[in-house]
Amino acid sequence: MRLPCPFCGPRDLAEFACRGEVGPDRPDPAAPDAQARFVDYLHDRTNPAGRDREYWRHAAGCRRWLVVERDTKTHEVFAVRLAQGGGS
Amino acid sequence: MRYSIFNLLANGLTGNRGWTPAWRDAAPKAAYDAVIVGGGGHGLAAAYYLAKEYGLTNIAVLEKGWIGSGNAGRNTTIIRSNYLLDGNIPLYEQSMKLWEGLEQELNYNAMVSQRGVLNLCHSDAQRDAFARRGNAMRLHGVDAELLDAASVRRLASFLNFDDARFPITGGLLQRRGGTARHDAVVWGYARGADRRGVDIVQNCEVIGLRREGGRIVGVETSRGDIAAPKVGLSVAGNSSRLAQMAGLKLPIESHVLQAFVSEAVKPLIPGVITFGAGHFYISQSDKGGLVFGGDIDGYNSYAQRGNLPTVEDVCEGGMALMPMIGRLRLLRSWGGIVDMSPDGSPIIDATPVDGLYLNAGWCYGGFKATPAAGWCLAHLMATGRPWPTAAAHRLDRFATGRLLDEKGQGAQPNLH
Repeated sequence: MRLPCPFCGPRDLAEFACRGEVGPDRPDPAAPDAQARFVDYLHDRTNPAGRDREYWRHAAGCRRWLVVERDTKTHEVFAVRLAQGGGS
Repeated sequence: MRYSIFNLLANGLTGNRGWTPAWRDAAPKAAYDAVIVGGGGHGLAAAYYLAKEYGLTNIAVLEKGWIGSGNAGRNTTIIRSNYLLDGNIPLYEQSMKLWEGLEQELNYNAMVSQRGVLNLCHSDAQRDAFARRGNAMRLHGVDAELLDAASVRRLASFLNFDDARFPITGGLLQRRGGTARHDAVVWGYARGADRRGVDIVQNCEVIGLRREGGRIVGVETSRGDIAAPKVGLSVAGNSSRLAQMAGLKLPIESHVLQAFVSEAVKPLIPGVITFGAGHFYISQSDKGGLVFGGDIDGYNSYAQRGNLPTVEDVCEGGMALMPMIGRLRLLRSWGGIVDMSPDGSPIIDATPVDGLYLNAGWCYGGFKATPAAGWCLAHLMATGRPWPTAAAHRLDRFATGRLLDEKGQGAQPNLH
């Protein structure tokens, strides 16, 4: 598996660190249901079998945070964008 | 058929024509008292103990492929109970005690071999951590011995003791640990469950969980609908997918863990040996192949195969620890999909859906726990209450904060 880094081009998987799926935004600590939402935010995962969006970091390269669109069943990579600016 | 030395001899002398299938390949009925999804070691053990200990015999184990085709057939067969936390040690020690009596219990040769599990340490700090772990184990009645370098050398003289960066300063030895034959465990439990009337249904994939008013009423499968007031999920790797069918979102990520076997050589590795400065563990099978593994790949995957950087990392660990294996050829490598939980410990609990029970989140340590996981899931399904050894393995511990974080890694599943 290689990831096409927007800065560095296609690079070996060994250079990247995976953070996990793009989950819900960090909840508002002042919200009335903040505790339940923080539990979900920290621990719960949709963990889909198939297409997913994940945060990765090019740790041994440009060190930028990336949003990777990838298939968890086939390891096919569809798109890699910079996470800065929402990954779109 | 009960196996004994006499019918082994009798069949051996008559051309082995007298053996009968060890379990029936059952067709699913329309309804059961309970259904267990997942025909791996855990699911079959749960069915066995449900039938034997709780008298629930009108039950079925549903397996999407053939029994033992998932992680039960993809692990590195190690059994041990050398854990640190009060919540975990009794569960794994219960499993170890069940392993010790398993073959007599099942009348089946599971090749349980207590050849010892040796964790190596490479610094004073690591030795202190091992002393603490060994003491924690002994407080729970588990055997543990802290060894100095000279004692380790007597056990395994071939190790790279004087490595400049990671010298071996000692180790923590659990002599009762060792290995078991992975698929014999599956077959033994399947045979035992089948003899007590449990239906083992293969090629039967669960595609839906039927609910009415917040409780489970059955499952939809590729071989038709099956009604059941109790359903147990024991589907490591696919726990999130199954739970989602009941509208649940689990604290689990699916990751790929690779394992490796070398060509066969004469007896070389005395027991299970783990490297303390990297993630590498190795044992030798009775056929002679060196069986070893290391870290998970680290990204979510359902693919049952991994990538080369992990292969390289594991082999580097092996070379750092025992350079003599560098000339051996790698025979096979494979991947299994494991449930990684946020604290690195399993979940054996009832779910918010009445009648739906969960045995999941075993990370890469499920095989050793097969007997105890089955026992605890069986007790939970039969009584609705947790067995004492699994009392800490609640689904809600991530909300209550009662985590079981052996490694102290925090809520990042791929780092456990």
